[in-house]
Amino acid sequence: MKTLRFLLEKEFRQIFRDPAILRMMFIMPVIQLVILPQAANYEVKNVKLSVVDHDHSTYSVQLVNKIKSSGYFLLTGYTGSFEEALKQVEIDQADIVLEIPADFEKNIVRENKASLFMAVNAINGTKANIGSSYLNTIIRDYNQELRTKWIQIPKFNNEPRIQTTSSNWFNVYMNYQKFMVPGILVILLTMVGSFLTASNIVREKEIGTIEQINVTPIRKVHFILGKLIPFWVMGQIVLTIGLLIGRVVYGIIPTGNIGLIYLFSSVYLLTVLGLGLLLSAYAQTQQQAMLIAFFLMMIFILMGGLYTSIDSMPGWAQTVTRFNPVSYFIDVMRMVVLKGSRLKDILPHLGIIAIFAIVLNSWAVFAYKKRS
Amino acid sequence: MKQFFAFVKKEFYHIWRDKQTLLILFGMPIAQIMIFGFALTNEVKNAKIAVLDPSKDISSTALIQRIEASRYFDILKNLQTQAEIEDAFKEGKIKLAIIFPQQFREDLLHSNTTTIQFIADASDPNIATTLTSYANAIVQDYQQEMDGLNKLPYTIQMDVRMLYNPQLKGAYNFVPGVMAMILLLVCTLMTSIAIVREKERGTMEILLASPLKPILVILAKAVPYLTLSMINIASILLLSVFVLELPIEGSLPLLVGESILFTITSLSLGLLISSVTASQQVAMMISLVGMFLPTLMFSGFMFPIENMPIPLQVISNAVPAKWYFYIVKAVMIKGLGISAIWKETLILSGMTIFLLALSIKKYKIRLA
Repeated sequence: MKTLRFLLEKEFRQIFRDPAILRMMFIMPVIQLVILPQAANYEVKNVKLSVVDHDHSTYSVQLVNKIKSSGYFLLTGYTGSFEEALKQVEIDQADIVLEIPADFEKNIVRENKASLFMAVNAINGTKANIGSSYLNTIIRDYNQELRTKWIQIPKFNNEPRIQTTSSNWFNVYMNYQKFMVPGILVILLTMVGSFLTASNIVREKEIGTIEQINVTPIRKVHFILGKLIPFWVMGQIVLTIGLLIGRVVYGIIPTGNIGLIYLFSSVYLLTVLGLGLLLSAYAQTQQQAMLIAFFLMMIFILMGGLYTSIDSMPGWAQTVTRFNPVSYFIDVMRMVVLKGSRLKDILPHLGIIAIFAIVLNSWAVFAYKKRS
Repeated sequence: MKQFFAFVKKEFYHIWRDKQTLLILFGMPIAQIMIFGFALTNEVKNAKIAVLDPSKDISSTALIQRIEASRYFDILKNLQTQAEIEDAFKEGKIKLAIIFPQQFREDLLHSNTTTIQFIADASDPNIATTLTSYANAIVQDYQQEMDGLNKLPYTIQMDVRMLYNPQLKGAYNFVPGVMAMILLLVCTLMTSIAIVREKERGTMEILLASPLKPILVILAKAVPYLTLSMINIASILLLSVFVLELPIEGSLPLLVGESILFTITSLSLGLLISSVTASQQVAMMISLVGMFLPTLMFSGFMFPIENMPIPLQVISNAVPAKWYFYIVKAVMIKGLGISAIWKETLILSGMTIFLLALSIKKYKIRLA
C-alpha cells in the first residue's frame, strides 16, 4: 500500500510539472465542447435549388414561388438551360435541379397530367434523400391545390382514411445539441484518457527511466495501478467539466440520476486507460503507440453510433461495434441524460464494460515485463 | 544537395528499421478504408421498433406485416400495454413505437377514420425524423392500395434522377472523407512526433550542429513521410476502385497530384506543431486530440457546412481537409478538371506556403 502511495505521488508530480500537458488536457476538451456541437446539424435546410423553366407560365411561376416560400430551399439559379444548371451542381452551387418542361401548364389543363424532372446531387445520400422528398412534398401540395381549384372535392370524405400522428419523446424540440454534446464529451474523454496512458509507459521506456523502476521491488500490479489512478482522477475531472459545460452553455440537465453517469464512467475509464496501458506495454516507441491508438480511436469514434446509426451497418460491422467501448458509453449517456433510464436499464452495458476493464487491465499487467 | 540526400537517407533508415511502425503505417489506411467503406452509411435501415396493437384485426395485422417486410424496420417487440412503451424506450433498444387504436378496422369501416400513433426516440433527432417519415410512407402506400388506385385528375408526375451516385451508396461520401482524415492526421502526427522525439532525446543538437542548414535538416525529415504517404494514397485509391467499386471519373494524375499537395500541407502542419512543442506527448495531444474532431466535423463529410452558424462556417475555411474533401469529390466522383478546382487548389497551396513559412520562422536553431 505504501509503495502505491509513493508511486502515485511520483505520477501526480510528473503530471503537474508539465503545464503544457495539463493545459491541453483540460482546455482542449473545453474549447471543442463549446464549439463543435454547434457545427453538428443534420437537419437539412437551405437546400440549393436551381430551376430550369422552359415553360414560363403562370403555373410554373406559382410552383417556383411556392417552393421558395417553403423555407427549405434557396433558389440559386433560374435559367432556361439544363446544361447551365448542371454546371451549378458541378461547382456545388446547386444541390437539386428542377426542370419544368415546355407546355407544363398546357399539359396539366389539356391532358390531365404533366411531368417534372428532378436531378439530385446524390454524393451525400442523406441530403439527396431528404432534399428530394421535401421537394416532392411541396409539389404534391401544389398538385392538391390545383385539383381543388378545378374540381369540387366533397366536404365530407366518404373514403376511409388512416390518419397518423407522431410525437417525439425525450427531445421534444428535436434539439440536435442535446444529442451531440453528451456524445462528443464521451469521445473527448476517451481520446484524452487513452492517448495519455498509451504514451505514458512508452515514454519511460524511451527515456530509459523504466529501468530504474524495474530494478526496484515494486510489483507489476502496483506499477500499473500507479499509472492508472492519476489518469482515472483526471478523467473524472474532465467529465465533470464537460457536464458543467453541457449545463451552462447548452442547458442540458440529465433527466436521469447523474450518479449513474459517474458510476458508469468510473468503470469505463478503467477500460479506456487499460487499453492505453496495454498498448504502451507492447509498443516500443511513442510514435508506434500513438499510431495504434489513433487507428483504434478512429474506428471507435466513427463506429460508435454518434455519427451514423449502428442498426444500419452490415452484420459483421455490428459485431465489431459490440467490442467498441465508446458505443456503450454513448448509449448510456443518451439513456441517462435524455431518457432518464434507471440503473437496471444500463446494467447490461455496465456488465460488459466491466468485463472489458478486467480483461484489458489484467492483460496489461501480464504484458508488462520487468525485464527488457 | 548531396548532404541533404544523406540526411534523407538517414531518415529512411530510421523508419525502415522500425518494421513494426512501418507495418502499422501501411496497414492502417487499408484496414480503415475497408471497414469504413463498407460499414458507414447515412442511410437508416433495420431500425428496431416496437408495436402495440390491441385491435389485432386483419387490417392492422396486414399493415404490421408490411412494416415488418420493409428493410427499414425490424420489429423487436410486441407490446401489450401502454405502460410498457416507456420502459421499452428506457431500455434503449427501440427507436420507434407504433401504436394502433383499440379497434382499428372497426373505426376505419364505420367512422371512416382512424389514427395510428408513432412515438419516436428523438434523442437522435435525425433518426427520429427519418423513421417517422418512412413509417408514414408505408401507411400511405397501404392506404392507396385500399383505395384501389383510382386515377386522380390533374396529376403532376415526378421523375427523379440521382446524379453521380444512383444507388445512394455511403462510400461515395465517406471514402473521400476518410481519405482526407487519414492523410492529414497520419502525416501530421508522424512528422511532428519524429522531430520532437529527436528534441527529447537530445539528438537534435547533433543534427543542428552539422554543416547542413537547419531548415534542410527539418525538410529532410519530411521527405520520407511524403514518400510513405504516396504509397498510402496509391493503396487507398486501388482499394476504392477495385474493392469498393468507386469510380475515378476525372483524371488520375490530377487526383494524385492534389493528394500529394494535401500531404505536403499536412506535413507542414506537422512541422509547425513540432517547432512549437517540446515533448512528444504535447505534440501528439495537439495533432490528435486537438485536430481529430475539428477535422471530422468541419471537413463537411459528416455535417453539411451550410447548416452551421456563420462564425463556424468561417472557421471551417481554415480546415485544410475541407478543401481536399471538396477536390476529391469533384475529381473522383464528378469527373471535373482543374478548371473547376483551381480555386481550392490555390487555397491549399497558400495554406501550405503559410504553414511552412510560419514553422520556419518559429523554428529555433538553439534548443534550451
